[in-house]
Amino acid sequence: MTSTGIGAPVRRKEDQRFITGQGRYTDDLARPGQAHAAFVRSPYAHARIKSIDTSAAAAMPGVVAILTGDDLAADKIGGLICGWMIHSKDGTPMKAGPHPALAQGKVRYVGDQVAVVVAETLAQARDAAEAVEVDYEPLPAVVDTAKARGAGAVVHDEAPDNVVYEWHLGEKGATEAAFARAKHVTTLDITNNRLVPNPIETRAAIGEYDAGTGGYTLYTTSQNPHLARLVLSAFIGIAPEHQLRVIAPDVGGGFGSKIFIYAEETVCVWAAKKVGRPVKWTSDRTEAFLADAHGRDHVTRAQMAVDENGKIIGLRVHTVANLGAYLSTFSSSVPTYLYAPLLSGQYDIPAIYAEVDGVYTNTAPVDAYRGAGRPEATYVVERLVEVTARQLGMDPAKFRKKNYIKRFPHQTPVIMNYDIGDYAASLEKAMEIADVKGFGKRKRESAKRGKLRGMGYSSYIEACGIAPSQAVGSLGAGIGLWESAEVRVNPTGSIEVLTGSHSHGQGHETTFAQLVADRLGVPIETVNIVHGDTDKVQFGMGTYGSRSGAVGMSAISKAIDKVIAKGKKVAAYALEASEGDIEFEGGRFKVAGTDRSLAFGEVSLQAYIAHKFTGQDLEPGLKEGAFYDPTNFTFPAGVHICEVEIDPDTGVTRIDRFTAVDDFGVVINPMIVEGQVHGGIAQGVGQALMEGAIYDESGQLVTASYMDYQMPRAGDLPSFQVGMTSTPCPSNPLGIKGCGEAGAIAAPPAVMNAITDALGHEDIAMPATPRAVWHAVRRAAPAIAAE
Amino acid sequence: MAIVSMTVNGKAVTADIDPRTLLVQFLREHLRLTGTHVGCDTSQCGACVVHMNGAAVKACTTLALQADGAAVTTIEGLADGADLHPMQAAFREHHGLQCGYCTPGMIMTAVDMVNRLGGDLSEETIRAELEGNICRCTGYHNIVRAVETGAKAMAGGEPVRQAAE
Ligand code: FES
Ligand code: FES
Repeated sequence: MTSTGIGAPVRRKEDQRFITGQGRYTDDLARPGQAHAAFVRSPYAHARIKSIDTSAAAAMPGVVAILTGDDLAADKIGGLICGWMIHSKDGTPMKAGPHPALAQGKVRYVGDQVAVVVAETLAQARDAAEAVEVDYEPLPAVVDTAKARGAGAVVHDEAPDNVVYEWHLGEKGATEAAFARAKHVTTLDITNNRLVPNPIETRAAIGEYDAGTGGYTLYTTSQNPHLARLVLSAFIGIAPEHQLRVIAPDVGGGFGSKIFIYAEETVCVWAAKKVGRPVKWTSDRTEAFLADAHGRDHVTRAQMAVDENGKIIGLRVHTVANLGAYLSTFSSSVPTYLYAPLLSGQYDIPAIYAEVDGVYTNTAPVDAYRGAGRPEATYVVERLVEVTARQLGMDPAKFRKKNYIKRFPHQTPVIMNYDIGDYAASLEKAMEIADVKGFGKRKRESAKRGKLRGMGYSSYIEACGIAPSQAVGSLGAGIGLWESAEVRVNPTGSIEVLTGSHSHGQGHETTFAQLVADRLGVPIETVNIVHGDTDKVQFGMGTYGSRSGAVGMSAISKAIDKVIAKGKKVAAYALEASEGDIEFEGGRFKVAGTDRSLAFGEVSLQAYIAHKFTGQDLEPGLKEGAFYDPTNFTFPAGVHICEVEIDPDTGVTRIDRFTAVDDFGVVINPMIVEGQVHGGIAQGVGQALMEGAIYDESGQLVTASYMDYQMPRAGDLPSFQVGMTSTPCPSNPLGIKGCGEAGAIAAPPAVMNAITDALGHEDIAMPATPRAVWHAVRRAAPAIAAE
Repeated sequence: MAIVSMTVNGKAVTADIDPRTLLVQFLREHLRLTGTHVGCDTSQCGACVVHMNGAAVKACTTLALQADGAAVTTIEGLADGADLHPMQAAFREHHGLQCGYCTPGMIMTAVDMVNRLGGDLSEETIRAELEGNICRCTGYHNIVRAVETGAKAMAGGEPVRQAAE
C-alpha cells in the first residue's frame, strides 16, 4: 500500500476550500441580474383553493412577477413524478394523484406551494408573499399513518380510501405453515418514527435562461444532477435535455433528501424565462422542515416463529407506510423494494411473508432518508430477534449466532442473493471491543448508583451498490442504476476523471483520486475529480444508496483498464515493440524482458503528438469512458453494540459506549469510511433517542424548527469504538460493498435493545425521549407477552 | 437606509444598508464573503459563527448595525496568508468535516473556545461547548479530536502534523 493508494487514510483534497471558507454552495452563487423567489405556502393541511388574489402583492415594491398553478398549466408544464411503479397484490398499478409544482385547485399539506413571488430582493419577495390573498375552503385532514385508510378525508380522488398500493412479497402459504408448526411466536407492534433529513445546507436553486441560445441553466442542491435534468426535460417539460444544463456545485449534505426533483427548482428554472432574469430561491430551515421529503413513518405488526430448537422458521410482517400527500420521486420503492427484501437480516429464515400498504396522508411527502427502507427492515428484524431471545431465555448473541447464515451464496425467500459475509466474525470482534464480558459488573455498579444499565445488539445487513439495471427494471424502476466514468489523460500526464457520482460530503475528490493514483502509478496531486455538471460530465446516475464506491468507482476502474490498454498500444509504437510485449507496472510501460520503458506521462504525450503512429489503426489521444452496470447488490453487514445508562429519576438515557464492527469489503480510505460510520450512528441515535416529526391532528407540523425538532448535538453522543472485518465483495472489480448508510441502519435497534434491556420490558417506542423513558420506568409490567 | 462601518478581516468597510440587514447577510451578500453560512432560522446551528471584537457571535442573530465600529473576523480571515490557522489544520488532519457546511462555524467556535478556556480541553468540555453548533455529517467524533489537537497547537504545543494528501 502506498501512502496515497487504496487502503491509505489520505487526508482529503477537498478540505482546503472548506476550511478556508472557499467552498461554493448554491446559495453562495450570485448570478448577474438575479431576482429572488419566495413561495406562498399553504397554512392548511387540506383545503380547496377558492381564489388567489395577487393584486395587492403585485403592487408592492420590487415585485417582478407572481406566478400560480394556472400559469404553470397555461405553459403546459407537467407535474412532478414518481419514478417507480409499484403494483398491488391484485396486479393493479399504484393509485397516484397528480403533483403540480404549484397547487391547482387544492392544497394537500401544510407547506404545499401555492404561488411564487419573484422580486428584486429576498426581503421584498417575502413581504409580497405575505400579501398574496388566498381564499381557502378548509377540508378535513388525515395525518395518522394507522388511520389513513378509509379516513373521512380523501387526499386524492384517484385513491378514494387513501391507499396507494397493497403490495406484498414472499410466500404466504409457506410462512403460514411455519407459524402453524412453531413452538414459539413473538409478536411486536412497531412504530418507525417520522424523521426530517436535515442536511445543514438547506435546498436552493437558481434558474437561468439564455434568450440568445434558448438554453436553460439550473444551479441546484442535487445528489444527482443528470437525473434532475432528465426529469425536468422528459417528464416536466421545461426544456429539451440538450438545452438544459444542471449544475450541482458543492452540496452541504443530502442523506437522500436531495435526490428528489422538487417543486421549487422546477419553478425557478421555468420562472427564469418568464421574467427574463435568473431566479434564485434558498429554503429557510422552517421551509426545509415543511417541504423537504421526510423519512420513515411506518406502523408495523411483526411476528417471528421459532421451532423447538431455537431456530427461526418464519417471519411475518404487515406494514402501513405513510407516503405523505404526494408521491415523491422514489417514495413508492422505499417501503417496498428497499424494505421487505431485507427482512431476512443476517438470518437463515426459510419462510418470510411481508405485506405493505402505502397510504396517502395530509403530510409532507415521505421518501428516501439515509438507509431508505433498510433501517425500517433492520429495526423490525433486530427488535424481533432480541425480544425472541429474551422470551426464550437465551443469550441474544448466542441466539443470533445460532441463526446466522453461514454458507454463501445464500438465496433468501425475499429476492436477495447474499454473495458473501462472515457474520460471526463481526459479532465476536464487536463483543470483544465492547467488553461484553464486563457488562455484568458495570450493571451492578450502575445499580449501586441507582441507575439502570442495559446492552443491546444489532446485527444488520443492507443491500447497497444500487443496483443491477435489469433487476430494478423488472421491479418497476423507471431508470437503470449503472454508473458512468470518463478518464481523460492530458498530454502532460495529469488526469481528469469525470464521474456520474456526486459528492456532498463523501470525499470522492480524494477516494476516487486514490484509485486512479494507485492503478496508474501517478501522483495523487495530478488527478482531478470532476462531477456535478451535466455540461461537463457524461450522463450518470448520482450518489445515494451507498453506490458511489461499489458502482461509481467500478466504472472508473473499467475506464482505467481501457486507458492502460490504449497506453500499451501507444507505448508499442513509441518503443517500436510489439503490443503483446508491453507491460504496465508501477506507472511505467515496459518492454518485457528489457530495460526499455516509458513513464506514464511520456506515453500520454506520445498519444497526443502521435508522431510515431503509422497508418490509421491507432487513433491519437488518451481518453476512455465506461459504463458499469453491477451484476448484484452488495451486502455490507456488521454488528453494533450499544450500552446505555438510564437515570430513572429524570428518564435521561446516556449512551455509555457504542461499538460498531462493519464488513464493507475492500476499503479505499479507512479515515473516510470511519467518518461515514460515525455520522450514520449519530443519525441512528438521533432517531432512537430524540428525533421525531410530529403533526398535530389538524396537520400542523409542530416540530418545524431546531427549537422543536431535536437534532443530536455533540453532548448527546459519546466517542464511538469502530472496528472492521472484511470479506471482499465478489461482484465488482474492486471488492467494495459501501459504507454510507450502515450506522443509520444499525444504530436504532442497538439503542432500543439496550434501553429495553435496562427497563426490563419492551413497552417503549422511538424516540425514547427522557419523558418517554421516565414513563416507561414507571410502567413495570411487560406489555408484550409471548403468544 | 443606514450607514454601517466596520473592519472585516482587517479591511475597513462602509455601506449604506437596509437597517434590517443581518450581519450574515451583510457579509455574504454585500461583501461576498460566503464562507459564513446559514443553516437555520432560530439561532441554533452555529453555521454562521464569526468573531466580533474577538468573541464568537452568531451572525444570523446579529444586525449588521450592531457590528458598527466593530472588528469582525470570518473564516476567510483566519489563515495567515497561505498558512492555515492551527484549528483549520486540525480539522483537516482529523477529518473533522464531511460536507463542509457546518465547518466554518465549527472552526470559529473552536477558536473562541480556546481563547476563553485555554488549550487543555477535556472531551466533556469540548462537547458541552459545542452545544450551539450542529453537524449532521460527522457525528462529532472527529470534530472533538480536531478541537483537542487544534487547541493544543494554539496553546503553543505541537504544530498539527500534516499527513500526505
Ligand atoms: S444560522 Fe446562525 S445559528 Fe443557525
Ligand atoms: S460536515 Fe456536513 S454538517 Fe458538518
